[in-house]
Amino acid sequence: MTKQPAIELKNITKTFGKVVANKNVNLTAYRGEILSILGENGSGKTTLMNMISGIYFPDEGQIYIDEKEASITSPKDAFKYKIGMIHQHFKLVDVFTAAENIILGIEDGKYNLKASTEEIKKISNQYGFDLNPEKKIYTMSVSEKQTVEIIKVLYRGADILILDEPTAVLTPQETEKLFSILRRMRDDGKCIIIITHKLHEVLSLSDRVAVLRKGEYVGTVNTAETNESQLTEMMVGEKVDLNIKRNDPKNTTDRLVVNSITCVDRMGTTVLDNVSFTAKSGEILGIAGIAGSGQRELLESIAGLQRLEYGDIFYFDPKTGKKESLRDKTPVQIRHMGVRLSFVPEDRLGMGLVGNMDIVDNMMLRSYTKGNIFLKRKQPKDLALKIIKDLEVVTPSASTPVRRLSGGNVQKVLVGREIAASPTVLMVAYPVRGLDINSSYMIYNLLNQQKEQGVAIIFVGEDLDVLLELCDKIMVIGSGRITGIVDARTATKDEIGLLMTKAKEDGKENNNG
Amino acid sequence: MANTAEKHHDPLFRIVKRDDMPQWKAWIIRGITILVGFLLVGILSMLITEKSLLESYEVMFTGVFGRLLEGKTTMLWKYLQEIAILLALALALTPAFKMKFWNCGAEGQALMGGLASIYCMINFGERLSTPALFAIIIVTSIVAGAIWGLIPAVFKALFNTNETLFTLMMNYIATQIIAYYVYIEGGGSNVINPVSYGNFPSVGGNDYFVNIVTVAAITVIMFIYLKYSKQGYEISVVGESQNTARYVGINVKKVIIRTMAISGALCGVTGMLLVAGKDHSINTNLVGGQGFTAILMSWLGQFNPFIMVIMTAIVIFLKIGVSKVADASHLNSSFSEIIVGIVILMLVGCEFFIHYSIKFRHSKKEVKA
Amino acid sequence: MIIQFICRAILLGVPLLYGSTGEIITEKSGHLNLGIPGIMYVGAISGVVGSFLYENACGNDINNMNAFLAVIIPLVCSIAGSVIMGLIYSFLTVSLHANQNVTGLALTTLGIGLGNFLGASLINITKSELPSIALTKTSSFFLTKLPFADNLGWFGELFLSHDFLTYLSIVIAIVVSIVLKRSRVGLNLRSVGENPATADAAGINVTRYRYVATCIGSAIAGLGGLQYVMAYANGVWSNNAFGDRGWMAIALVIFALWNPSFAIIGSFLFGALCNANNYIQGLGTETQELFKMLPYVVTIVVLIITSMRKKREHQPPGSLGINYFREER
Repeated sequence: MTKQPAIELKNITKTFGKVVANKNVNLTAYRGEILSILGENGSGKTTLMNMISGIYFPDEGQIYIDEKEASITSPKDAFKYKIGMIHQHFKLVDVFTAAENIILGIEDGKYNLKASTEEIKKISNQYGFDLNPEKKIYTMSVSEKQTVEIIKVLYRGADILILDEPTAVLTPQETEKLFSILRRMRDDGKCIIIITHKLHEVLSLSDRVAVLRKGEYVGTVNTAETNESQLTEMMVGEKVDLNIKRNDPKNTTDRLVVNSITCVDRMGTTVLDNVSFTAKSGEILGIAGIAGSGQRELLESIAGLQRLEYGDIFYFDPKTGKKESLRDKTPVQIRHMGVRLSFVPEDRLGMGLVGNMDIVDNMMLRSYTKGNIFLKRKQPKDLALKIIKDLEVVTPSASTPVRRLSGGNVQKVLVGREIAASPTVLMVAYPVRGLDINSSYMIYNLLNQQKEQGVAIIFVGEDLDVLLELCDKIMVIGSGRITGIVDARTATKDEIGLLMTKAKEDGKENNNG
Repeated sequence: MANTAEKHHDPLFRIVKRDDMPQWKAWIIRGITILVGFLLVGILSMLITEKSLLESYEVMFTGVFGRLLEGKTTMLWKYLQEIAILLALALALTPAFKMKFWNCGAEGQALMGGLASIYCMINFGERLSTPALFAIIIVTSIVAGAIWGLIPAVFKALFNTNETLFTLMMNYIATQIIAYYVYIEGGGSNVINPVSYGNFPSVGGNDYFVNIVTVAAITVIMFIYLKYSKQGYEISVVGESQNTARYVGINVKKVIIRTMAISGALCGVTGMLLVAGKDHSINTNLVGGQGFTAILMSWLGQFNPFIMVIMTAIVIFLKIGVSKVADASHLNSSFSEIIVGIVILMLVGCEFFIHYSIKFRHSKKEVKA
Repeated sequence: MIIQFICRAILLGVPLLYGSTGEIITEKSGHLNLGIPGIMYVGAISGVVGSFLYENACGNDINNMNAFLAVIIPLVCSIAGSVIMGLIYSFLTVSLHANQNVTGLALTTLGIGLGNFLGASLINITKSELPSIALTKTSSFFLTKLPFADNLGWFGELFLSHDFLTYLSIVIAIVVSIVLKRSRVGLNLRSVGENPATADAAGINVTRYRYVATCIGSAIAGLGGLQYVMAYANGVWSNNAFGDRGWMAIALVIFALWNPSFAIIGSFLFGALCNANNYIQGLGTETQELFKMLPYVVTIVVLIITSMRKKREHQPPGSLGINYFREER
């Protein structure tokens, strides 16, 4: 059987300002195959695919569809060539229904929501999706939203599908279901391109793998003929030891005891439901769960940013051994109590740092209250220079707005500042999201160093492989409830995956009953 | 593979965001815009008034500065006084804007400050000694302005009520209160005769000296407050990201309320300067719409009080100068509003060339087999 | 008396309805146009200039005037004037990514200046004693009532006695509501205002939608200015008479929850409030001044109440006030 090329890229180059995102990339994807685009964060995978889907236009080079040169200047052109992209950050209008989102932007034919709804149901049945077209997006779970995105491109008759990191937000079970749907589409003769940085997914799903590194095309290999270490080497450019070293916890004592806390959000929904656990010094406690299951609220309630309806949080002072309640305390009060609590939030530029301020002023966020009515910039400046040096932050100077730094460097500034406060409790949320492998390992090492020094670490993560390798214990949260706490050294991914969805099923039963 | 590159429609140019333009270059762009604006003003005046370009400029300059060369400084002082008032309002708004609180209520806050002043002047003028009268004028006008600023701020802090429209409506309520007061006090004549008590003293024969010096002091203090004080830092953090502010333990509600109290209080002071330092009376048109112009001044000044001095100087120059040109040709002085509007729109538009650059597509490289 | 009060309220409410319908369309595309007050001034003065020229061309003799031309000339002038203002706003905010609030406020300064300058110039030309310019002849064409209006008593007065711009405003508001809710264009427009990146990825031309929405919105708002001069003020233009109606129109948008059908009721309610002081017996002039606060106070109360509501569908468009730049990284 001869393979038919669906899409070919020739010498594609794209720059943003001075940053070269893609340089001379050549790539071919065939019909009836699943091609993985593998690369580290920041290697230009998404930029490349955005050029195929018409979001960006290449500076140089050509794209061929079905062996004919194509000019894709807008997403509309991409639809014309039957290309559909499922973005990592879903492109959905929250206040619209699924059906409204799916038909958005289609111009031919009469505007008839009813007929469209029928069509959507047909597509759902054909591939085995489960979707209510009249449901509003903002009431949907992440995997439902993804389903809407996929049906959106199928509805437009796309036969080249690009999925950008589709599994980042799914449980192992949901991932498996998605993969079987993708395989069914491949057997239908569609061309599937999936962008990922997870090696085991590449190996289990795709027919071929194309590797990008720092915006450049490294090569394509058949999945059957390769293995993890070869792919890693292609991806990073050097041999990397992918094992995270993990020492056994020493001298653990209770540091933070969370005692059946319940939180309610502004709309009156329960976001944390009777959560209890203990974080011990010298230990990394991992928190796993589907995105938006209450992880953020949990960390924020410990940091004094969420009002507790019920329950209490106790802190054990390592020096005095005194037990103190953190309930109804503001962040400032917590700090004044002598609790050295550091927090690396998920939203780095929107919460942990101020994008438009420079590194020095960002250092000051934690320390500015000291002294008289005027600001002192000397100490923060020294700290900024130290962090830049120690953590190898790439920046023109300490007075550069952090907004202009790359994702990895932004995170180094934030983590550096939080660790500089020599915390006794360190909370980190998705600390390696968007970081390349080297920066990620630097963060893991920093966390391990803190653990050695007896800090109690709470680590909210999304990559189960990392959680299993880095943490000592893993607590699984689902719909605001703790569904299990397991030993990270013995637990399996499937086990955690089942715990992640457990709350959901419980919830369903509750709704029915 | 042969050279299959065909002609097809590529985007002619694309727009790229840049944030690396050095300050001096940005100011050259703004300077050029202002020059082009001046040229446009001259040409428009020439077309409408049938004067030559040079004559128009001459009318403008003498209209603003008077016969300076002959040693007559009255016009200059008047010019400085007008700058001082607009600048004071712009400065008052700046902390609020830096916090991303769109205080469109400078007009009303200043009116309330002015009302407090005139009330004290009329009712306590005869009874109190001059220093005591000044003290009470200052305090009440600050309080009145601050209260007028606080009302929308409290609702913003509690319910996130849209402050743009709230503050706007507060202007009109203030206007009606003044109308009511003027009617009562003026005995139905719609005019309050100038009050002789509680007028700021003239220094060196110059009535506006106190106003100008006060505003100059506010300028410096505001610069220091925003840049070097903790409260100024808190304002920037809240303005950039309320989440970050909460995260580091800043009480966002408190900062919003405190900052608007300051903003309103300074507007109140401006109202006092207008009443006690200039008009010695009050009417609904006391501030004359300058509250709106001040919003634009504050924004064009990029939160920097010293740049605001330059911006207000330019705008007041246009305002006085162009209305003199209009007068000279028996045209309506609203002509100057048009000109000010156009020049501000040009300045707003020119920011594009500072923050973005236009890239034309490279000539296409041939694909080699 | 009550009928008269209601009719007066409707007459006062119509400019607000035009203004807020126009602003709703613009806001639905994600742009907060604070230039609306200025645009309404320009809409009014453009119509005045148009009809002034036509009246003069006819030698100021009503018998020479063609009813159709007398109406269509001011109408076209008004729309042209406001669309130009809308184009300036869209060019600055959509193409040049300028701050929307600042651009809008500057545009209002410009618009009011233009209105007053042109108004004063016309007054100058007529060498009028009064600081106003009267276009009563043109106005009489605008004020043509429906047939039978006078024969049907209170019913006729309440429903049939209005000028055609009043009916047009209601028709436009209803049509806009339906288009927004039930058509593809409406869906696309709403998506542009909620989440432009999504609309863009779905192949919708965000720039075009925003330009068109702003310009149509401006044209509609400008008609409000025209209605004020031609119907409410019987063709008499005097400087600054239009006042702050533009701001109230913008406030009405929030009151109406971005739905032009609700704006119909809201605008008539506002009209009633603006007028209440004239219909309450025994008010002194000074108390009347205080009563004139009523619409503003009510607007504030409305603002507060709407801000306390938290329902997702009642929130402003998701990206209101934020310019869209595709290659933002």
